Amino acid sequence: MTQEFPTVSFLGTTALLFEAPGETSLAAQQRIWSLAQEAQSWPEVAEAVPGMNNLMVTFPQTPADPAPLASSLRAAWEAATPLPLEGRLVELPVTYGGDAGPHIADVIAHTGLDIDEIVARHTAPDYPVYAIGSHPGYCYLGGMDPRIATPRRKTPVLRLPGGAVSIGGPQTGVSASDGPSGWNTIGGTTMVFFDTAQSPPCLLRPGDIVRFRAARVIR
Amino acid sequence: MIEILSETALATVQDLGRLGALGFGVGNSGAMDDLALAAGNLLLGNDETDAGVEVQIFPFAVRFQAPVAFAVTGADCAATLDGRPILPWWSCQASAGQVLRLSSPVASTWKASRAYLCVAGGIDAPVVLGSRSTQLRGAFGGHQGRALMQGDVLAAGAPGEGVRRVGFGLRPPGDVDPLLQDGVAAMRVLPAAEYERFSSDSLASFWVEPWKITPQSDRYGYRLAGPTLSLTTALELRSHGIVPGVIQVPPGGQPIVQMRDAQPSGGYPKIGTVIAADLWRLGQAPIGSKIRFVHCDWNAAIAAEARNRDYLDKVRRLTALYRSQQEKG
Repeated sequence: MTQEFPTVSFLGTTALLFEAPGETSLAAQQRIWSLAQEAQSWPEVAEAVPGMNNLMVTFPQTPADPAPLASSLRAAWEAATPLPLEGRLVELPVTYGGDAGPHIADVIAHTGLDIDEIVARHTAPDYPVYAIGSHPGYCYLGGMDPRIATPRRKTPVLRLPGGAVSIGGPQTGVSASDGPSGWNTIGGTTMVFFDTAQSPPCLLRPGDIVRFRAARVIR
Repeated sequence: MIEILSETALATVQDLGRLGALGFGVGNSGAMDDLALAAGNLLLGNDETDAGVEVQIFPFAVRFQAPVAFAVTGADCAATLDGRPILPWWSCQASAGQVLRLSSPVASTWKASRAYLCVAGGIDAPVVLGSRSTQLRGAFGGHQGRALMQGDVLAAGAPGEGVRRVGFGLRPPGDVDPLLQDGVAAMRVLPAAEYERFSSDSLASFWVEPWKITPQSDRYGYRLAGPTLSLTTALELRSHGIVPGVIQVPPGGQPIVQMRDAQPSGGYPKIGTVIAADLWRLGQAPIGSKIRFVHCDWNAAIAAEARNRDYLDKVRRLTALYRSQQEKG
């Protein structure tokens, strides 16, 4: 869903959600990173958490009136200039299809492409990490080829394994641990993305670049 | 020290949740009934943020390996200590070797499904990323990052804190402040971003019809069954931050309420959010029971939070009063 103007909405009394206007882009995401850095310094914000071209801000305590914070977010967005983050390049070897990719048939059916075409299009781009979310260590990636976009599943799958490479709408990502998901799994990798013994605990951070390599394709 | 005796405990160590790690993709966790845990802690003279054991499968039994003051809050589980009944929401003293047993929640004036075992000094689990709560998805926090199992031994209580003034109790908030509509537990909801994108029939059903909590409901989320909710036009949203209480509607049209272990981001359309002040009510609603959603605005949500705070402030004052009287006596 794209809109002409930014929107701000309630997430109950816990947080506000700011959504950038226009098509999803890296330039807009760089502006979101800039907005997040700014909002994180405000006393009325506990945590500023970037999503895909949007930003959630949580409250340290529920404000008597959330309108001033909403206005501050809009004003800061207008003033924000893109913040380019210089990240590292991380290559992930992936097994596509077979048991590792139980929903590849749904992606084939939706896109009309065969598995080799899907793998070629999925491994081609350098994917910037837009945001961390969903579960510990999980990365939202930008830059997927729109030809392999496939709608989220009608009913979420209760247990997707860690390392699952999946497509949800126009996005792709890799599960960092076992858990429920509404996305279509097309393959798997064995990388460890999260470890509380490390500081920070996440392998990847916004601005890093992920490249998928087809280690194996099961047709 | 507390030893878990139950074969399939599925209980977890929880405090009031892990705040401030959303940027690592780490959600809140924390007690499903935060009021019950906070009140149980205060009853024992603990900080309200101390950790307790959340019990959701019964019967449940533990053996106290050392003397400790404790309280069982949340659902009334007809608890016994070495076979002798103890009151719910009451501060008690256990001697070394005594066994606490909790049975299935009894029907009282309010329906509840989860109990909290609080001990003087709190459950001593390591603080990971700012909290002692169990993070099941990430397999960290709490006791070894997982649900408790038979034979687990939990460290409890600070040194010298084993015996405290006990023998007084509380009226549970479910009795003091029930929120029922036509005899069904109700939760107040603030509309969320995609509220207006649902059909008018769907919006009417959302507020008017009762919703059944299906067996596919747990600490991650409650999957509800009721009328099908549909959008006026299909939406494919960009992933964004969400919080416990957010009511997502996947294309199937049956809503899912995000609970304490929910992931901190999502992409299904959001019809509304159960306000933070009422999440404990939902956390206690049993599987198979029905709930209703009540429309509320910002000011009503703020007032509900203030009521919860007042309740806990009263608990804190009463506890201090009883302790000072006992010390004089």
